[in-house]
Amino acid sequence: MAADHETAGPARLVESLGRGTVRAVESFGYAASIFGETVKWILLGRRRGQAVRSGPIVSEMMDVGIEAIPIVTLLTFTIGVMLSIQGLDLLRPFGAEQQVGIGVALGVTREFAPLITGILVAGRSGSALAARIGFMTISEEVAALRVMGINPVRFLVAPALLAMLIMLPSLTVWADLVALIGGGLYISADLGMTMSAYVDQVLTTLEVDDVMHGIAKSAIFAVVITVIGVVEGSTVEGGAEGVGRATTSSVVKAISAIVLTDMFFVFAATR
Amino acid sequence: MSDPYVKVRDLVTHYGTRQILNGVSVDVERGEIMVIMGGSGSGKSTLLRHMLGLERPTSGSIEILGREITTMSELDLYELSKKIGVAFQGGALFSSMTVGDNVMLPLQEHTKLPIDTMRIMMRMKLEVVDLAGFEGLMPSELSGGMVKRAAFARAVAMDPPLLFCDEPSAGLDPVVSRALDELILRLRDAMDMSIVVVTHELDSAFYIADRITVLDKGDILAIGTVEEVKNDSSERIQSLLNRKLREEEPDPDAYLARLTGTKL
Repeated sequence: MAADHETAGPARLVESLGRGTVRAVESFGYAASIFGETVKWILLGRRRGQAVRSGPIVSEMMDVGIEAIPIVTLLTFTIGVMLSIQGLDLLRPFGAEQQVGIGVALGVTREFAPLITGILVAGRSGSALAARIGFMTISEEVAALRVMGINPVRFLVAPALLAMLIMLPSLTVWADLVALIGGGLYISADLGMTMSAYVDQVLTTLEVDDVMHGIAKSAIFAVVITVIGVVEGSTVEGGAEGVGRATTSSVVKAISAIVLTDMFFVFAATR
Repeated sequence: MSDPYVKVRDLVTHYGTRQILNGVSVDVERGEIMVIMGGSGSGKSTLLRHMLGLERPTSGSIEILGREITTMSELDLYELSKKIGVAFQGGALFSSMTVGDNVMLPLQEHTKLPIDTMRIMMRMKLEVVDLAGFEGLMPSELSGGMVKRAAFARAVAMDPPLLFCDEPSAGLDPVVSRALDELILRLRDAMDMSIVVVTHELDSAFYIADRITVLDKGDILAIGTVEEVKNDSSERIQSLLNRKLREEEPDPDAYLARLTGTKL
């Protein structure tokens, strides 16, 4: 018996590792097929007699974008101030406080604005998408769509993806502005420089590429958040508890995926 | 006689490695109410899901309105779905839309009618199911029976020649359940539909059925009129009809082993 246990332990570990890997590959494949299907319906829907409608896109845009403006504003303003405090503290020993605007401008546009906005939207809208699709799956609403001759991907996922692709980059641009203003207010107060001198410094520092770097990342985050929400929602099992699990796991997975893709993107874009 | 509206032949299906249906064949004629009856685990819901094209069978064929659906492309299946109505067990109304929008959805998606015409058609369907004036409510504001009736209204929105109902009377009190039976009869008479009803309720089945298919453990035990099924001498059918538990020889050792959780 004891010998059995000794061999069973590592064997079980290897087995669960193997199963976990298969599951991960499987869900990655499923995610890719959902994304492909969504793009196909967005492009070919009209020709197939099932156009993606503008009404649901607009209402998704309200949910994903407009309603997120207050919280995005609050958090990115704070991030701007925080970066300035850190920057000033870091540069003061070198007597280089005057250069702090450069760091804030680059940090905000290339990294913090898209990252914080992505994480916020994953928490607000990615989870909501997972919950909605999860609930619709267990209450047979997705099956009802199918038997009504309505493709669920076209009806539910395509508007969400389009709304996310429009609103997440837009929110990121807004976040850039707010964080830069937040940083500027603190810096000008601390260093006694005028706001227009700060703006000058930011404008000479920033290139179109820096802003585009952030916006491109946010578009990738938009796809990641939507696809993870849909995959988690549509594979729900086990009733209301399952929907809860899917919601939580969609947030955790989306945030992890955002951070990881961010790193890969930065690596690829800066080398 | 014209071709049957539903023609299932030798349908074999699996769930994982478990075989659910063991070669089922059944026809539903035009204008007929066919009740598919069986206990839980009999495979009746599986049969329904296959007839709706929601699952692909292991083998066998399913023709709906003269067209083979097991090999049909997704787009053709969507096209065919416009001619089929389905009332799900829990209603499956979209909880984010009002009752009226739910009923109008098939019209909005599949027709180019002016919105006012759609509204009139939606109200007509709600009249048929006795829900006139409820179009502005959300599904969560309706009672169980009302949700099912609204689901019927949505199922018949496109005036389909073929309607499927999954457990229409499950979870309802006898009065409401009988009202739904009446509604099914009325829909058939008023719209000349073929209706397939999946249920485990005997009273309801005997009341509405033209013919009954009795399923048990993936096999068809009988197909016939209400009288034929009631008078069937087969023991399995009689035990189903009389709601008797299948008698099994008690095994004291196995019982003890189950209780103590030991393996024999």
